[in-house]
Amino acid sequence: MVGGSLHAPDGFLNAGTALATGIVSAGSVAGALRQSTATLKDKQIPLAGLSAAFLFAAQMVNFPVVAGTTGHLIGGALAAILLGPGVAVVMVTIVVVLQALAFADGGITAIGYNVLNLAIVPAYGGYGAYRLFRRLMPATSAGVVASTGLAGGASVVLAAMAFSLEWLFGATAPIPFDTVFGAMVGVHLLIGIGEAVISALVIAAVLRTRPDMVFGARDLDRSQLADTTRIRVRTFFVAGLIITMFLAGIVSQFSAEEPDGLVSVANQVGIDLGEPTASPVFADYAVEGITNESVSLTVAGVAGVIITLAVATGLLHGMRYGRSRKDRPDPVQPGTHS
Amino acid sequence: MGAGHAHALYVHEHSAIHRIAPEAKLVAGLVFVGAVAGTPREAFWAFGLYAVVLASLAAIARIGPGFVFLRLLTVIPFVLFALLIPLVGGGEQTVVGGLSVSTEGLWAMWNIIAKASLGATTSILLAATTEIPEILRGLAVLRVPPVMTAIASFMIRYLELVVEELGRMRRAMAARGYRPRWLWQTAPLAAATGTLFVRTYERGERVHAAMLARGYQGTMPELTARRATSREWALTSAFSIVAVTISILAWTFR
Repeated sequence: MVGGSLHAPDGFLNAGTALATGIVSAGSVAGALRQSTATLKDKQIPLAGLSAAFLFAAQMVNFPVVAGTTGHLIGGALAAILLGPGVAVVMVTIVVVLQALAFADGGITAIGYNVLNLAIVPAYGGYGAYRLFRRLMPATSAGVVASTGLAGGASVVLAAMAFSLEWLFGATAPIPFDTVFGAMVGVHLLIGIGEAVISALVIAAVLRTRPDMVFGARDLDRSQLADTTRIRVRTFFVAGLIITMFLAGIVSQFSAEEPDGLVSVANQVGIDLGEPTASPVFADYAVEGITNESVSLTVAGVAGVIITLAVATGLLHGMRYGRSRKDRPDPVQPGTHS
Repeated sequence: MGAGHAHALYVHEHSAIHRIAPEAKLVAGLVFVGAVAGTPREAFWAFGLYAVVLASLAAIARIGPGFVFLRLLTVIPFVLFALLIPLVGGGEQTVVGGLSVSTEGLWAMWNIIAKASLGATTSILLAATTEIPEILRGLAVLRVPPVMTAIASFMIRYLELVVEELGRMRRAMAARGYRPRWLWQTAPLAAATGTLFVRTYERGERVHAAMLARGYQGTMPELTARRATSREWALTSAFSIVAVTISILAWTFR
């Protein structure tokens, strides 16, 4: 399984998009660095380095999916919940940049959009989703685990949406936004289920042994953390499926708005009717192309709003923590475990 | 995110390209890939020239073609995607081998395949001739925030160790008969990953304590203060100018 291979090579999106996403990413990473200076005081640098090594290694674990096929963790949301969104953005960015420069994985000119899709959107967006789900769940370990799972799944879908939006602006191939959006979000809903299950189980394992390490659970006290209601994998699988159906329902709602069934079918098999052509056979469809376009603009707009909201929520939570952190005692004393 | 490559691509050699200071090589690589990405897709000859430039670089650096081709396999998922574009793309149609395919789609396919493989080859040559600590030193000289290069160097230093630890855990699980095939059998593996995080984090704490005991002040001492000489900058600039010239010519005579 090419699980979440959003690791795009050079020339995948046009030069303008590469440049624009590069500027956005550089600005966001600079912000994340400033946000996490409290956490990343010199003392924490070895910790952050080893955590980044963990993230790199965790992405190499082949998790079973179906009948022996495997997928792997993408981990942006998991890193944000374990270590805080600002630190997670810095870490995943380092991993993405080094993969391009030292492991020839992902293009050098694609670093701008790869960092945006793999670090910024999953970490901030995933953390925003996490805080949202936490509000709906009980303040217990089980609540943390369940929210992590849902946020992990959401982060993958958000990244797929972000990629589709970039495609809208920087496409290098004549494939319309709707097709790319449908295919990317559809495939990543499935990948998101795997990400959800794995992220939740990893957090559960850490909560059992060292709950003090989990950034996203620092608002819980001992008695709340001790309340360990176990969540079964199968329950989770079903819950994930329900959420998938729900999201798929929303997405298909957009395509149902299309006036002509033929246009919708044509889009599904990937025939582009969006471009008016001189050929008389296609002349009829040029009119349909306009409504088609307005639908894709709606989808694009809604996706953009969702991503922005999620990322902004994650960003705000990270900033709030960064400010209040100085008043708290350090949760981890170095050298107490050897 | 691409799955697992813990092994760096570095090839131990003593060529002129290996010796160039990393900051100069990084800038040249970025300019070259930028020039390739910005080249109009109609200019076939320009892409041929880029390939010739890269091939001669590989020859000077004594990097074999087999090595490069093997590492190029990472772009295969995108090549497969690119091969689909002419089939699903719209617009004017051409008949190729009995199949009606999109003309615009064929161009897009060629564009992605050419730029992705030239870009990846540049990355491979950069990584094959520059050790990772050198790449990080080059990034630091190029004003990448020191916090990032410091975290990255710790990551690289402990990566093999963490990956080995993961391998030991997996072997122990396999020895006890754990061979998962379905998503709902994944719990023990995820628990092991969680344990790996705890172990890695605790190792980070120990490493930091040990560093403090040895007088760590927050920055690592720099062992080599070498910077790119003007001759090295001249060499890499010449290389960059060649790439940019090809790109400009391609825009003029496409």
